[in-house]
Amino acid sequence: MSTKLMGEAVQRVEDDRLLRGGGQYVDDIDLGALHLAVVRSPHAHARIRSIDVDAVLDIEGVHAVWTYDDLDGAMAEPLPLLIPHPTLTHGRTQYALARDEVNYVGEAIAVVVADDRYVAEDAVGRVVVDFELLPAVVGVEAARAAENLVHDDVPGNIAARSVQQNGDAEAGIKAAPHTLSLDFDIERSACMPMEGRGVTARWDTANGRLQVWTSTQTSTGVRAAVAAKLGLDLLQVDVITPDVGGGFGVKINHPWPEELLVSLAAQRLGRPVKFTEDRREHFISSAHERAQLHHVDVGFDDEGRLLGLDVRFWHDHGAYTPYGLIVPINASTQLVGPYKTGPYRVTFDSLYTNTVIVTPYRGAGRPQGCFVMERTMDAIAAYLGKDRADVREVNLIQPDEFPYDHGLVFQDGRETIYDSGDFAAMLEKIKTLVGWDDFESYRAEMAAQGRRVGIGLAAYVEGTGAGPYEGAHVNIESSGKVKVATGLTSQGQGHQTAFAQIVADELGVPFEDVEITTGDTRRMAYAVGTFASRAAVMSGSAIHLAAKRAKEKVLRLASDALEADPEDLQIVDGVVSVKGSPGTSINLGTVAVLSNPLRYAFDEASKAATQFSVGDASKPPVAEDDEPGLEGKDFYSPIRSTFASGMHAVIVETDPDTAEITILKYAVVHDCGTVINPMIVEGQIHGGVAQGIGGALYEKMAYDESGQLLNASFMDFLMPYVTEVPDSIDIDHLETPSPLNPLGIKGAGEAGVIPGSAAIAAAIEDAEGLPITAMPISPSELFELRAQHAVATTTPEENR
Amino acid sequence: MKPTAFDYARPETLEEAVQALGSHPDAKVLAGGQSLVPLMSMRLAAPALIVDINHLPGLDHVTADASGVRIGALARHADVLASADVRRVQPLVSLALANVAHPTIRNRGTTVGSIVHADAAAEMPMVLQLLGGSVDVVGSGGRRTIAADELYVAPLESSLAHDEVAVEAFFPALPAGSGVAFEEISRRHGDYAMCGVAAVVAVEDGRVTSARAGYLSVSDVPTVVDLTDALAGSVDDAALARAAEAALAQLEPESDIHATAAYRAHLAKVLTARVLTAAHDHAREE
Repeated sequence: MSTKLMGEAVQRVEDDRLLRGGGQYVDDIDLGALHLAVVRSPHAHARIRSIDVDAVLDIEGVHAVWTYDDLDGAMAEPLPLLIPHPTLTHGRTQYALARDEVNYVGEAIAVVVADDRYVAEDAVGRVVVDFELLPAVVGVEAARAAENLVHDDVPGNIAARSVQQNGDAEAGIKAAPHTLSLDFDIERSACMPMEGRGVTARWDTANGRLQVWTSTQTSTGVRAAVAAKLGLDLLQVDVITPDVGGGFGVKINHPWPEELLVSLAAQRLGRPVKFTEDRREHFISSAHERAQLHHVDVGFDDEGRLLGLDVRFWHDHGAYTPYGLIVPINASTQLVGPYKTGPYRVTFDSLYTNTVIVTPYRGAGRPQGCFVMERTMDAIAAYLGKDRADVREVNLIQPDEFPYDHGLVFQDGRETIYDSGDFAAMLEKIKTLVGWDDFESYRAEMAAQGRRVGIGLAAYVEGTGAGPYEGAHVNIESSGKVKVATGLTSQGQGHQTAFAQIVADELGVPFEDVEITTGDTRRMAYAVGTFASRAAVMSGSAIHLAAKRAKEKVLRLASDALEADPEDLQIVDGVVSVKGSPGTSINLGTVAVLSNPLRYAFDEASKAATQFSVGDASKPPVAEDDEPGLEGKDFYSPIRSTFASGMHAVIVETDPDTAEITILKYAVVHDCGTVINPMIVEGQIHGGVAQGIGGALYEKMAYDESGQLLNASFMDFLMPYVTEVPDSIDIDHLETPSPLNPLGIKGAGEAGVIPGSAAIAAAIEDAEGLPITAMPISPSELFELRAQHAVATTTPEENR
Repeated sequence: MKPTAFDYARPETLEEAVQALGSHPDAKVLAGGQSLVPLMSMRLAAPALIVDINHLPGLDHVTADASGVRIGALARHADVLASADVRRVQPLVSLALANVAHPTIRNRGTTVGSIVHADAAAEMPMVLQLLGGSVDVVGSGGRRTIAADELYVAPLESSLAHDEVAVEAFFPALPAGSGVAFEEISRRHGDYAMCGVAAVVAVEDGRVTSARAGYLSVSDVPTVVDLTDALAGSVDDAALARAAEAALAQLEPESDIHATAAYRAHLAKVLTARVLTAAHDHAREE
């Protein structure tokens, strides 16, 4: 294959295997392992007076039952606070097993290890915990009121208070001809991958070596954490990530108590041990996201141009802060979107509540920020009586203003400087794609049939490809096949396909001859992980660089063998030849043989590399500055994130009688720089849009006042089925390559979800003629809003 | 999400099944298992003995004749839904079944199982009650027929004795001059409805002689309301509104995380008018 694969819709090589049930997930790894099950807190906030495990000890098939008192050394210390941030003044993390106090329903208190999961669950049911109940703090308002505290030593329930500003927002608003004060509310949702958490570990007593298979987004992170907690050296621990059935962020948090406890149990018991999370456990003991309350003060001119923006928000962080402040920092810095905000100040409080911890979920704070900014744009347009697209247009950063510095510190500690983009062109594209300018005639046509429709628009900018680095190793075998390893993990994104496209292009080898391994610390020990839409940017770039190094060596060795200048060589379909003289050629495999001087021949091909066949007898077989093998290794470490962008537009229908909400059309314009594989990018957009629709119309963690999660099952936590997602999503691409990496790539993983709530809220507001300030919204809630609005508009008092 | 230990019996005859059920006070019948198995996995139910009736002969029939539709205890929702005879003889059975969960659940779940599970949010108990159907059961005392209006005694509780197995459900045929309709509104396709309403309207010489509506998810047992009086004059907006108000007086909607009581009541009104209109139109087409 000599044509370029970059930009081609190459079929995903993963799918045949995965769709036929050939995937191998953690739970499929059959080592005859014992099963670990967890005793979890039934209370949102309580002190543990005592734990009685006596009834468990005589159950046949139980091998161990442990509580906090059975932990020692680093295992008895709190779990790590992974991302310490200077403003996280009151960071708190849980223990692997609760010590004295529990702070959410689902927190791990004890573990049982048994022959199988059935016996283990029987045993879990017989552990008796004596609790002293404490008042539960549930929801942002209760946390903010701070009548009760989640942690005794955290005043006001405030884990962190952050202020960032660029200019004097207050003065800007004060001087502005028009101002608005607005409040916005987003509820809790969660990632909900099909495969929950899972971990299997095996301790090799003879060699003092631990092998861990875990369903994670960072195998190197888990490796470091397990080694530290168990007092092992890094080189004693291998962490292998097999197929992962989705992550969406929840699996970047680590180490989970179970990852440590399974490893510890394997070591202590000398037997393989596994834990497979069930769905209820995933609801109550993994992580959630999204809940925030926001207040906006904004000043603007007659055209809707922003003159000052002051945003204050309160972030529900759940019971602990293991993953630091990434979510609220993203919300606060990405809120600005594609706009010149004028002077901007953003202040947030990150608050503890007695609910499941909050860590990034696809979008990671950006959907909230986008919701706030875009709803503000719509409110300005409504106030001025202007077209909503026009108000956005006057605020856009223009193509000649890149790089554009927002004067804010991003979640990676680097500056929020947009590297490239063309927002004006994007706005034109989305208007055309959705039929923005023709909508009024469509609305009239539908109204004539008694139908009510509305249109909405939302824009976002997403910092992608956060550092610090990723690496890649490319190894050309003597078969001519190319084995590539990168350390970050895959959860279904199509890395095996997209990365192979990059390698095939750079090395000139058939796509089929490239094999990609991800997330295996035995193959690549230095890596960070898969989050922040970074895999294509980071590992894609690293793989490109590593392939380039391998290619340099190929050409150097081939030029010796062919007695030609490297400049005159080309590699096509795995064959190195002299340009214009195709007869003078050598296979890549043969070059690989020659790259490794041999003493022993083991087959016909390797004879060519033995000392009696090759080499200048007056020189060392491996030159001083060289090494054997046909390999390339390199790392990519950018100065800062690269900023992708997009705009969504949606047309909804609301039923005048039943308040049902139906999406009639969904349009996306998307810029992720250079596209490696448009089919994969569109798949990411489809999945993201589906999650955006879920967040806008269906998904909500329903906690009661006592901190019980009322809908901890797929029967009552409503994710959209395929029947709730539009049959077609219209997509148009815009490519403004990033100047920050060799291929011009920007991230595409999270984008699709970000503007969902903002665009859908705008469309419902447009259809209904009443303000939508809180998402998600259900038909029942729309019905109640209509009733309130009808009352408000018939009473004389001013309602705002 | 693993059930507690239980004993398992797989009888080959109805007699053996009845005997097995009688052998243990905590015995439960397993047919399609679409409600029972999740309850067991979540340890919300822990029967000591499962009596799996899937191997009993002669219970998977779906027949329809001039008198009505007969559905055996092992007939799956999907089998009933696929039957053109059922659709012709009593179209409301088919209209309602299309709203029962999802195809994968309909492929295993049984219509009779759903009927005796007695869930007020389920479609088929309400339809059985609205149509005045019945269920045949076999127990140690022999075979008997339970009329639908004697079947539902309390939420999730039927009048079957502990050792009785429901073997067949009967839905009477739609008489000439009658029409039916069904509509429900759920959060997502295939979910339990926030409100569902079915109607049967009989017309003679252009006048409504009988109008009844059945309701699901707006009271704690399947509920049927006679609305003949409201439609006795003509079927216009005012009459439909009167009917909806009359129906609402008999219902006790409750709030949950998916819908407020007020919204459910509103849906009951909207759907009452819609299904009465549709059933009336259907009756006049007959």
